Amino acid sequence: MTEPTSLPIFLLISIVKIAVVLVITLTAVAYTVLLERKVLGRMQNRWGPSRVGPFGLLQPLADGIKLFLKEDMMPLAVERPLFVLAPIIALGCALISIAVVPFGATYLYKGVDITQIANVNVGLLVVLGVTSIGVYGIALSGWSSNNKYSLFGSLRATAQVISYELALGLSLVGVVMRAGSLNLRHIVDSQSAHGALSWNIVGGLQIVAFFIYLMAAYAETNRSPFDLPEAESELVAGYHTEYSSMKFAMFFMAEYANMITVACVATLLFFGGASSPFGHTFDGFANGAFAHVAFSIFWFVSKILAFILLYIWVRATLPRFRYDQLMGFGWKFLLPVAMINILVTALALAYHG
Amino acid sequence: MQLALFIIFGLLAIAGALNLLYQRHPINSALSLVVVMMSLAVLYWSLGAEFLAAAQVIVYAGAVMVLFVFVVMLLNAGEEERTHGSRIAYIAGIPGALGVLGLLSWVFFSNRIALGTTTVGGDLNASDNLKAVSHMLFTSLLLPFEVTSILILIAILGAVVLARKEL
Repeated sequence: MTEPTSLPIFLLISIVKIAVVLVITLTAVAYTVLLERKVLGRMQNRWGPSRVGPFGLLQPLADGIKLFLKEDMMPLAVERPLFVLAPIIALGCALISIAVVPFGATYLYKGVDITQIANVNVGLLVVLGVTSIGVYGIALSGWSSNNKYSLFGSLRATAQVISYELALGLSLVGVVMRAGSLNLRHIVDSQSAHGALSWNIVGGLQIVAFFIYLMAAYAETNRSPFDLPEAESELVAGYHTEYSSMKFAMFFMAEYANMITVACVATLLFFGGASSPFGHTFDGFANGAFAHVAFSIFWFVSKILAFILLYIWVRATLPRFRYDQLMGFGWKFLLPVAMINILVTALALAYHG
Repeated sequence: MQLALFIIFGLLAIAGALNLLYQRHPINSALSLVVVMMSLAVLYWSLGAEFLAAAQVIVYAGAVMVLFVFVVMLLNAGEEERTHGSRIAYIAGIPGALGVLGLLSWVFFSNRIALGTTTVGGDLNASDNLKAVSHMLFTSLLLPFEVTSILILIAILGAVVLARKEL
């Protein structure tokens, strides 16, 4: 953290980093939507979007233009300031948590690390905190819409997110105990000794924690099979029923940005972050610091992509839960198992250490 | 730079607190309180207490205040009205709040050598900040820590007992 650089250079590089990461994240969000539609189409034995551009690759652009040009409807009975504020909170929180994610091996340019926007000592807690603030976007959107379906959707979403946040946080404690730090870089470094064998999911024996995290994270992002807040057969569209045009698009983008964040955290905590699955075996091929960083970013992006494909696969496969089953599953199964995992990990660490 | 952040978010916290009192609708007041909590977290951060800042955001802004907003939404509470009691609270409240503020400032200023001081942004570079906090919690402050956990456990049991009566 001790930067020898002057403040203007640090600020300038930071702003460039933020702009680049923001643009890449938003593009990734747009193309995740397309990927989901294509893969879902293939899984359901149809083509998916194929008309706009080669293989439908320009579909996100067309969607973006459509959403921008649509009329922005503002129903008369809404609570106006909160109605406008809610999508901004949702999208803002979804994008902010990317800031602490290290997406490559450390590469210093003029004394500033360019593969991470902010290296924070409590990085993991920052991600959790920002995610928990994102609940306000959903809660307020439902309430301010003055529509009973919106309110039901947002109540469901809020209750679900608060409940599953506990299991999510507790599932990460085992990993934090192994690494002995909340800094995301240190957590990644603690798994990089022997490639895939020392990743937390394999070598750290945190496979139970990983599956708890995965299920809780699917519920956190309101994704199938936990997408009850927007169950269209019961609730029209849930909390964003009254939203149109770009305000709706912001909720939509927030959902996909949250998916990417969840994939980032899963990669960092359980799959060795930006480290190669082969450890240092092929380090000879990537001579030079820059090639090393390029390969680390490649591994990170591949892992994220694998997680997003898993998300889509789950959505195409599993039906929705019933709401009481969802709550029972979170409180009576995931939470106790996460606590047992903490106990066992702590005992194992105490025995070996 | 940390000093600038400290001043900006200190002013934001005061503005949020005043807005909390000024707003008539409970949900606006609750959201102002969220702004105060978040500003306090930034203040903690700029003083070097990273863990405290993150815990402040997760526990207060992310859990407690969400439940507040949740309850306000469920009860569909309307705007508050001016009653006789609210006028009495207005007359007695301002001197009372000033009195508490004066008392706390007096205690903090008179014991400032015993309480110790910190510099703005001073301890942010130390990487074992978190370890120091946890070490202190589990050694010298173990008894208060455990007593607090038992208090929370009793509160949870009390909530369960109250909820079971309704079933």
